[in-house]
Amino acid sequence: MGLAKRIIPCLDVDNGRVVKGVQFVDIRDAGDPVEVARRYDEQGADEITFLDITASHEGRDTMVHTVEKMASQVFIPLTVGGGIRKLEDIRTMLNAGADKVSINTAAVFNPEFVGEAAARFGSQCIVVAIDAKKVSAEGEPNRWEIFTHGGRKPTGLDAIEWARKMVDLGAGEILLTSMDRDGTKNGFDLDVTRAISEAVHVPVIASGGVGNLQHLADGVTLGKADAVLAASIFHFGEYSIQQAKEFMAKQGIEMRMD
Amino acid sequence: MSKSTVAVIDYGMGNLHSAAKALEHVAPGAQVLVTPDADKILSADRVVFPGVGAIRDCVGEILRLGLDEVVKEAAKSKPLLGICVGMQSMMTHSEENGGVACLDMFAGEVKFFGDDLKDAAGEKLKVPHMGWNQVKQERPHPLWKDIPDNSRFYFVHSYYVTVEDESLVTGRGHYGVPFVATLGRDNVFAAQFHPEKSSRSGLQLLKNFMEWDGTL
Repeated sequence: MGLAKRIIPCLDVDNGRVVKGVQFVDIRDAGDPVEVARRYDEQGADEITFLDITASHEGRDTMVHTVEKMASQVFIPLTVGGGIRKLEDIRTMLNAGADKVSINTAAVFNPEFVGEAAARFGSQCIVVAIDAKKVSAEGEPNRWEIFTHGGRKPTGLDAIEWARKMVDLGAGEILLTSMDRDGTKNGFDLDVTRAISEAVHVPVIASGGVGNLQHLADGVTLGKADAVLAASIFHFGEYSIQQAKEFMAKQGIEMRMD
Repeated sequence: MSKSTVAVIDYGMGNLHSAAKALEHVAPGAQVLVTPDADKILSADRVVFPGVGAIRDCVGEILRLGLDEVVKEAAKSKPLLGICVGMQSMMTHSEENGGVACLDMFAGEVKFFGDDLKDAAGEKLKVPHMGWNQVKQERPHPLWKDIPDNSRFYFVHSYYVTVEDESLVTGRGHYGVPFVATLGRDNVFAAQFHPEKSSRSGLQLLKNFMEWDGTL
């Protein structure tokens, strides 16, 4: 008996619509994030993460309304990420009903922003997203670096040191994405997940590469992640959240089943 | 009969949208007011006392707005639900922020989970305690109606409540150490978890609160 490991479906939202497709929704409008989130809540999702990939200002406003609508109908924690650059962005999302915001690029360019955000709004709502890529050669000790721009731009920052620094500044949670694995369906990079989870005292969410249910279980048992995030395996109805939870529970992982 | 009203005390700390929406969701006929106004709070049928963030800021704002007396007055006469830091603020004292005197409605101390927290198997536990954990119902209470014992609720906190009078404990949690997940006395109930974020079990608890007349 204790704290359950969490399963977090992630939705990419552009202009108030879920993109990359969600096919399991048995309704006319599969692009409505609120409907998608409701379905995941019914299936037992422990949290929902929205990634706002909108580039325009109009799209941002739409996103705020989407968060408001969702927060009035889905009663599990909601994290919003993407384009969070100023304290005002955080305030707007929290007021709309988000429980946490995820800061990524802005933390790389201005680490103090994480400190200011935590001081103002509390660490409990500040997630720092880290995009890590392996830079060590075969045979060398493992080393991962922080990349920006979807994994294209190296920063020279060591991923483990960076995670520690973010937590020291006040991050309440780390969302760790392996840029080597993202989209591959080959499973999480368990080495970097474990290295970072053991390096920090706050929860770590593993992300990037999930292709089957064993990958989710491995993220927790071998990667020592506190939560696992996935998109496509749930969106396309390959597996339901409930199936994932039952699978993980059978391997002795504590899950919320009620 | 006029609409039943519930006041969610707004002292400028954090997002009250979720709590208000969850209350509207479970009690469609009720009027939900998010307000710092003492008169409105005291004339409502029920009061919710939420809170997120650091305790020094929370208690500071409560005192600055004179809401400490309002909360204590509400506690005398109507169903009152404290949530998270709202619950912690009701205790005598918190260790957080170097030590903060709280409202002292319940004799007890709010303590840090610590940097060296471990589970029974010796595995290091993360702080904050974030996620879904089980709550053991220590005694029957109207707010537990239709909620199975050991149901999971959503927690996010680094400090936990202890009480002097163990008979006040209505629900117990465990995270490296046992802690008070919920407590109650007469018409007052308080929860460390977020019922508004705890899906079915949390919504049931809020529904029970909206139907509660404050008697046991």
